[in-house]
Amino acid sequence: MAVLEAKHVTMRFGGLTAVDDFNLTLEKNELVGLIGPNGAGKTTIFNTLTGVYLPTEGEVLVNQTSILGKKVSEVVKMGVARTFQNIRLFKDLTTIQNIEIAYDRFIHYNLAQALFRAPAFFKQEDKAHDYCQELLEIFDMGEYAHTKACNLPYGKQRNLEIARALATSPSVLLLDEPAAGMNPNETAELMETIDFIRNKFKITILLIEHDMSLVMGICERILVVDYGQTIASGLPEEIKNNPDVIRAYLGD
Amino acid sequence: MSKATKQSYIMNIVAITVLYFILFSLIKFGVVTQYFGGIATLTCIMIIMATSLNIVAGFLGEMALGHAGFMAIGAYTAASVSMAIMGSGLPDLVILIIASLAGGVVAGIVGIGIGTPSLRLRGDYLGIVTIGFAEIIRIFFINFQPTGGAEGLKGIPRIAGLSSTYWIMIVVVALIYTLGRSKYGRAILSIREDEIASEASGIPTTRIKVLAFTISSFFAGVGGSLYAHYQGYLDPNKFQFMYSIEIFVIVVLGGLGSITGSILSAIILTILPEFLRQFSEYRLLIYSLVLIIMMIFRPQGMLGKYEFSLRKFILRFANRNEADITKGSEG
Repeated sequence: MAVLEAKHVTMRFGGLTAVDDFNLTLEKNELVGLIGPNGAGKTTIFNTLTGVYLPTEGEVLVNQTSILGKKVSEVVKMGVARTFQNIRLFKDLTTIQNIEIAYDRFIHYNLAQALFRAPAFFKQEDKAHDYCQELLEIFDMGEYAHTKACNLPYGKQRNLEIARALATSPSVLLLDEPAAGMNPNETAELMETIDFIRNKFKITILLIEHDMSLVMGICERILVVDYGQTIASGLPEEIKNNPDVIRAYLGD
Repeated sequence: MSKATKQSYIMNIVAITVLYFILFSLIKFGVVTQYFGGIATLTCIMIIMATSLNIVAGFLGEMALGHAGFMAIGAYTAASVSMAIMGSGLPDLVILIIASLAGGVVAGIVGIGIGTPSLRLRGDYLGIVTIGFAEIIRIFFINFQPTGGAEGLKGIPRIAGLSSTYWIMIVVVALIYTLGRSKYGRAILSIREDEIASEASGIPTTRIKVLAFTISSFFAGVGGSLYAHYQGYLDPNKFQFMYSIEIFVIVVLGGLGSITGSILSAIILTILPEFLRQFSEYRLLIYSLVLIIMMIFRPQGMLGKYEFSLRKFILRFANRNEADITKGSEG
């Protein structure tokens, strides 16, 4: 059963076709890579999959339900979480608060209970705090719980963004260039992390990446886009030797 | 409830009560004049106005320059309510509370009405729209004859004394504090930090923004009610644009996002002009100078985003170990 499906998605901005007839089916627990030269439309694809853009044509299904016309926050509730190319954390808040914000919809108390500090407030807050602390421990960031997000080292900030996305308990995780700005060591660590969370949380992952060692190393299937068109899709080995892909990256 | 939370509750309650008795005995035994009592009451009202604006300006990080408009709605509504039920034999305090709640609710409803369309805008644009709405409200009251029109509303029962104002102020500040430390408060803060990331984390940002705006206007309405019942007279021109700016300046000076900063700043900026009365010619000059110097040397405001915590303060004095102090985040 497909967890995330894009059917004939086309996205036009005025006269520019950023994405043309994009099709994608993600099965449960798959790890798929999306690559392509700069400006190929990868991030636009992400934005249509998460409900930021309403596609000009076609539709996107999450667990068989269309996301058309839904708000981004509603799509998150349906099970699609994402990270951003340029890290977007709640910089002035602590690490654990960052996670707690994403965990918001699992914290059950109403405004009156919050304002008057009813017992439910303390119970739910403690529960949320414990869960979020646990999630941080998984990422080996337990000791940073009360550090402001902006004071974390770069690699940890990337990890925090992934942890925050996971706190919404998604079925699909979209990672937009998770290895951007990382050195080879950090990239290797990131590969392990991605592999680990995929097995631990049983989620499907779609990632955009320029770092070929990472893409070829962990992705089971790869999609290549160029000028909004899907020019190839298949196993890493096939992609490596595909003449269209080589042309797109290296020119004629 | 953790031990730290309980401790800080007890400490704060004790401090609040002690402060109340000090204030009261000072006035009662004539150490300070009745005039001082009036300033203290106005200070309490300004604290309500500043802390409530801090929800939108500090927590949500949006420029809202129409706070006086919501205060006006609260003031007029509450005054009308209390004038209507004054003869019913209810105690003054009950009447004041009913009137204040009514004022708050109406101001809150207007807040929803104004917030829903205007919160699509951000920054300066939102500032301009809120100024516009506040001016509409003021001009409405100037022309609305049932509440006295341009002449103002006279004969409001003067039932808001220092003690009732003080305690209502304490309740309002406590509620704003608990709001800030709940999941709603976190959601509001996340919008200030990064609206796109907040939406992508599953926070319904539009709804949370309107919620923040509504709660802020509700408490502004309560502040307006206290003002009406303290003054006994309402002049629609009191609620003009400059008054909104005055409240905004208090919040900025105290530190956007710091409730205790707003309190401190409201106290200073309400009392300072009174002390400067002796230098009446230079009063505005000194006042402006203080603001300019402040903004040059401490642009983040007196306390920045920091919250003063009585518990941590006392523990530091008691020389307990640092680790234990930093553990309790409740103030």
